[in-house]
Amino acid sequence: MRVSSIYTFAVLRAARGPLSFLVLASALALVWEVVKLLGGEQTDAWTPPFRWKIASDLNMPHVWDIAAAFAEPAQRNGPPLGLVLVDAAIFTFREAFGGFVIGAVLGLALAIVFVHSGILERALVPYVVASQTVPIIAIAPVVVIWLQAGWLSVAVISAYLTFFPVTIAGLRGLRSPDPRALELMRSYAASPRDVLVKVRMPAAAPYLFAALKVAATASVVGAIIGELPSGIRDGLGGAILNFNQYYISGPPKLWAAIIVAAVVGIGFFAIVRVAEAIFLAGRLGRVET
Amino acid sequence: MSARLRYYGPAVLVFVGVLVLWEIVVSVFGIQQFLLPRPSAIAAAFAERFDELITVGRNTLVEAVGGLLIGGVAALAFAFATARWATASRALLPIAIAANSVPIIAFAPIMNNWFGILNPLSKMMVVAVLVFFPIMINTLRGLTLVDQTSLELMRSYAASERAVFAKVRVPNALPYIFTAVKVSATLSLIGAIVAEYFGGAQSVLGQFIITEAAFFRFANAWAAIVVASAVSVAFFLIILAIERVAIPWHASARTRDAS
Amino acid sequence: MTGAVVRMRAVQKVFGGGADQTHALDVIDLEIPKGAFVSLIGPSGCGKSTLLRLIGDLTQATGGTIEVNGKSAHRARLDRDYGIVFQSPVLFDWRTVERNVELPLEMSAIDRRARAERARAMLALVELSGSEKRYPWQLSGGMQQRVAIARALSFEPALLLMDEPFGALDEMTRERLNLELLGIWRKTGTTIVFVTHSIPEAVFLSTRVVVMSARPGRIIDVVEVDLPQPRNDLTREDERYFAFVTRVRERLRGGDSAQVAAKTRAAAM
Repeated sequence: MRVSSIYTFAVLRAARGPLSFLVLASALALVWEVVKLLGGEQTDAWTPPFRWKIASDLNMPHVWDIAAAFAEPAQRNGPPLGLVLVDAAIFTFREAFGGFVIGAVLGLALAIVFVHSGILERALVPYVVASQTVPIIAIAPVVVIWLQAGWLSVAVISAYLTFFPVTIAGLRGLRSPDPRALELMRSYAASPRDVLVKVRMPAAAPYLFAALKVAATASVVGAIIGELPSGIRDGLGGAILNFNQYYISGPPKLWAAIIVAAVVGIGFFAIVRVAEAIFLAGRLGRVET
Repeated sequence: MSARLRYYGPAVLVFVGVLVLWEIVVSVFGIQQFLLPRPSAIAAAFAERFDELITVGRNTLVEAVGGLLIGGVAALAFAFATARWATASRALLPIAIAANSVPIIAFAPIMNNWFGILNPLSKMMVVAVLVFFPIMINTLRGLTLVDQTSLELMRSYAASERAVFAKVRVPNALPYIFTAVKVSATLSLIGAIVAEYFGGAQSVLGQFIITEAAFFRFANAWAAIVVASAVSVAFFLIILAIERVAIPWHASARTRDAS
Repeated sequence: MTGAVVRMRAVQKVFGGGADQTHALDVIDLEIPKGAFVSLIGPSGCGKSTLLRLIGDLTQATGGTIEVNGKSAHRARLDRDYGIVFQSPVLFDWRTVERNVELPLEMSAIDRRARAERARAMLALVELSGSEKRYPWQLSGGMQQRVAIARALSFEPALLLMDEPFGALDEMTRERLNLELLGIWRKTGTTIVFVTHSIPEAVFLSTRVVVMSARPGRIIDVVEVDLPQPRNDLTREDERYFAFVTRVRERLRGGDSAQVAAKTRAAAM
């Protein structure tokens, strides 16, 4: 009895995330349709009390029309939009994941270097911070010219966004151990490597995971933005650009692409969160950034 | 004075060194300007197109600031309204954090349709949605993550909910809010430029970069990138200055920690 | 001197429920006369802090009655009958020292000028004149705790509740603050309930030491400390002072070992 209730509790806890997400999505859809009911377009059965431009079928297509668009072909005689978008999502996720890995490795490497060298820290950290003020959309074409168009060049563009939170949080995390723990290691005459592996890295883990969650989101954003000016049309960024061009002929298609992009973003975030929960299980003091 | 020099010296050295190296490498290896224009060429382009760059920079900044204001005010209002119900805000926080991982930039074309592609409001709304979540999440954290003993102290004074809010929760939240706004300042400018990419008025940074790049005038495009960064840094510094004035206790306490 | 400031009858406090419940406090009867300086002492987990929090209505009893100034503890809190000092100073970073002291006065809608005057007087009382405009982080730990005391006294509460206020301070600072606290107590005539786990501190400060045992928290003895007032550094060298210290220590040990022995037997079975 007792064991089963604990089990139920655990299942409920695990289901809480997706469940609350579903609840929220339904609530959004409901509000959406209520807005359309109040200010949308006239039908045979219903005349809305208001006329809002925003709530027109062009600007806010019906939820069911968006849902139906997934099943309809994206182009004449082509595969259904849903399949096209799944392909695009996989393409974009690959770019994002590539950017995430490159950014995480680079970000952590920079943090380790900065922790060990005060001069390099003072010399380079201001530029690490300033780098994030450069609009990546502007440098993306240059990167594509350098590396040739393809998912790898978009991954590099995406890494430009993801390395930053990892470096900053890594720096904080690697500095977070109790000074006495460092003195203890000193008393053992531990090598800098031992200090890094046995004290600094474990202490930094919660900080790094907090940063990786931010980086996961940033990598998807970076991948979508990176696709835009680089002429790569196989991913979600390309799909959004494409359906935007032909918006008048099919508003639900753009909305479908945006929804898939949102799912990829939230999905990647959720994956990193689960990894965090597994990796940091039993540790106190999760860090938020 | 010399301590200052030692502190900032390396950064200045890197700046000058990189510029010089960049100039030399581009000249010696004959790297073509569409790959990387020389810094001197960028500087020349900057001087030549100065007036235009100032205009497009200002227009984009207006979008960014407008969006930050709209999004920031909405986020604060939302956080303050929900923080009064502790359970509601606790349930809301993870949802908001998840929602923050939606690539908002995907909504840029929608905003163009909703608010008019030529209307700066369409860009402002992209920025507003972009900064809404970080500011809302941080404000909510600041209002709810309050030291328990402080709350007990207020309880011992039989303080009203209102007094607890005004004297404990809001001051506690201010550093969190400023942290989020500082991040959002940079974010707002990048958001505005990306939103401009999806079309609209021509006299803005994003369109300037696209047009110049399309005509292979890369030095001009790079000059615009420099303007974008400079505006972004300036925006950040202005908010930093406001923070110093608004919550001096926080800034001074922080510098003490750093030293 | 007739009325007791605090009157507790058969007070119990149980945490949790079902099989997991713990008796933090078990049948406490206690009276604290007006103007007294009462220390609660005992091993960790004996519920001395819980007892203090019950008096201050920061937590509620699961049985028995608590009266403060002849009314319920809840009513007394609403009437702002007591000031409280925690182990940590709990000063607000965003307020200057002076404005931290004014905090409880703002709650009672006292006008600005009167508040400032009162804060200055209180800071003079704890010998912190001149630090009014400084921020908490600019003060040492001992100074911060003095600000907390000034804040607790600023609205002249009938009862001062102190939860190990000097526990985090070094011995020298603690002894100096003990003397200062006694001076303040004499000047203001406030009733003080003081939680500590230092036997010498309890004996030196108190007119009465309440000795408690752990699990369940019970009062095992109340020691009247009739050392002469005003006490000073010489008191610490008085033979009777040592006698009281020894007595409290023995009561603590006795109560303790009997409990532990009983527990061990119970656990073995």
